[in-house]
Amino acid sequence: MIAIIDYDAGNLTSVARALSFLGFDNVVTSSPDQIFAADRVIFPGVGSAGSAMASLKRLGMDRVLNDIYQSEKPLLGICLGTQIILGHSEEHNTPCIGIVEGNVLQFDPKGKESDGSPIKIPHMGWNRVNIITPHPILSGLTPEDEFYFVHSYYPAPQSMDHCLGMTFYGVEFASIIGCRNLIATQFHPEKSGRAGLRILKNFCEWTPC
Amino acid sequence: MLSRRIIPCLDVHEGRTTKGIKFKNNIDIGDPVTMARMYYEAGADEIVFYDITASHEKRNIMIDVVRRVAETIFIPFSVGGGIRTVDDMRQVLLAGAEKISVNSAAVNNPDIIRQGAEAFGNQCVVLGMDVKHVGKSPAIPSGYEVVINGGRRHMGMDALEWAQKGQALGAGEICLNSIDADGMKTGYELTLTALISENVSIPVIASGGAGTPDHLLDVLTKGKADAALIASMVHYGTYTVPEIKKYLDSKGVKMRMGW
Repeated sequence: MIAIIDYDAGNLTSVARALSFLGFDNVVTSSPDQIFAADRVIFPGVGSAGSAMASLKRLGMDRVLNDIYQSEKPLLGICLGTQIILGHSEEHNTPCIGIVEGNVLQFDPKGKESDGSPIKIPHMGWNRVNIITPHPILSGLTPEDEFYFVHSYYPAPQSMDHCLGMTFYGVEFASIIGCRNLIATQFHPEKSGRAGLRILKNFCEWTPC
Repeated sequence: MLSRRIIPCLDVHEGRTTKGIKFKNNIDIGDPVTMARMYYEAGADEIVFYDITASHEKRNIMIDVVRRVAETIFIPFSVGGGIRTVDDMRQVLLAGAEKISVNSAAVNNPDIIRQGAEAFGNQCVVLGMDVKHVGKSPAIPSGYEVVINGGRRHMGMDALEWAQKGQALGAGEICLNSIDADGMKTGYELTLTALISENVSIPVIASGGAGTPDHLLDVLTKGKADAALIASMVHYGTYTVPEIKKYLDSKGVKMRMGW
């Protein structure tokens, strides 16, 4: 059973639908008991860091997430869920959970694309991920694969050791973070077609060592 | 680098897909769920559903269609038509849509954009605009006026001012439809598209007028659009999505080519 953490942040049903499509049992829940009983945990999220952290604290989910990370169960963060695991977000100057050291920074509106054109914010649409550290969760992907992003802030982990994949959008940022039993993507695998479904399937079959 | 998006648009009427010429004489061309799956597998980057009758005949959008689509495709899709309240938005998003688009409801009540952005995030709210060329005047400095109800009502609002206001209220994207070009297959309205795209900081989807892959090339380069909506040129099988993407890729437009 895979628990998808419900903390009033965004479209949780699309993650659940993708897992069901792939044939993996899942439950959308904010019950710590259900989360601790699950084999794997997904921490999604769409919205703002400030309101997400407020909901997480109200539900006691900040502690639950830390405990899941310590328990060595596979844990997948998606989008805002990925940003929240870092130490601090520039969005509403929000202190976050801090499972991985680092910050969440705002895209510079003066940033330029690789062809020199001005970037638009949010970073919305399909972009590539340059995989710098191979990982079981990334098996079966090809360099042509692209992933669906929607965000105005980007993760900046302190250590490059935690950065599995990088994406360029005015700035080179960590689009996939990995640390022990945790994997976190800034893009939405559940909305990234075949390549995204492959990552979800890999996660559902992954045994961290 | 971010890819330009190719977005098939399915006009839905009572649960079936239609495509009309200038919103009249709509012809029934299929089941939206089957068509969405087909476009997903063909490499569409996103899909837009628009309930064309909802706005003026007070029909609610078909949540059931949205739910069935969400079970079969795993790319973003947005839904527009007849969305007037935050509750309408919530229903559609919970049924599995990634974004909702507001058009005439936002013209009548601009605050709906702010409310939607606050409740679900800017990225969920698309400002749909139907625009007509009327010539420059003191009331319409850009020469482009916002219209609603399929072009039947002129609103006395300047299109550029409205786009900027929509962005300030919290819209995460603009879907810009030229009523003059819609259904004509003679190309997108490039002047209008570039005008809006260069003067807002959020992505702009060009809509209305696509007939050939060259039209998409024009709007994604000269028109500065971030994405292009297509309908009849693919619905009737004149072109396929992979054909269009291969052509644009060969012309140097950044496309998502693996799917």
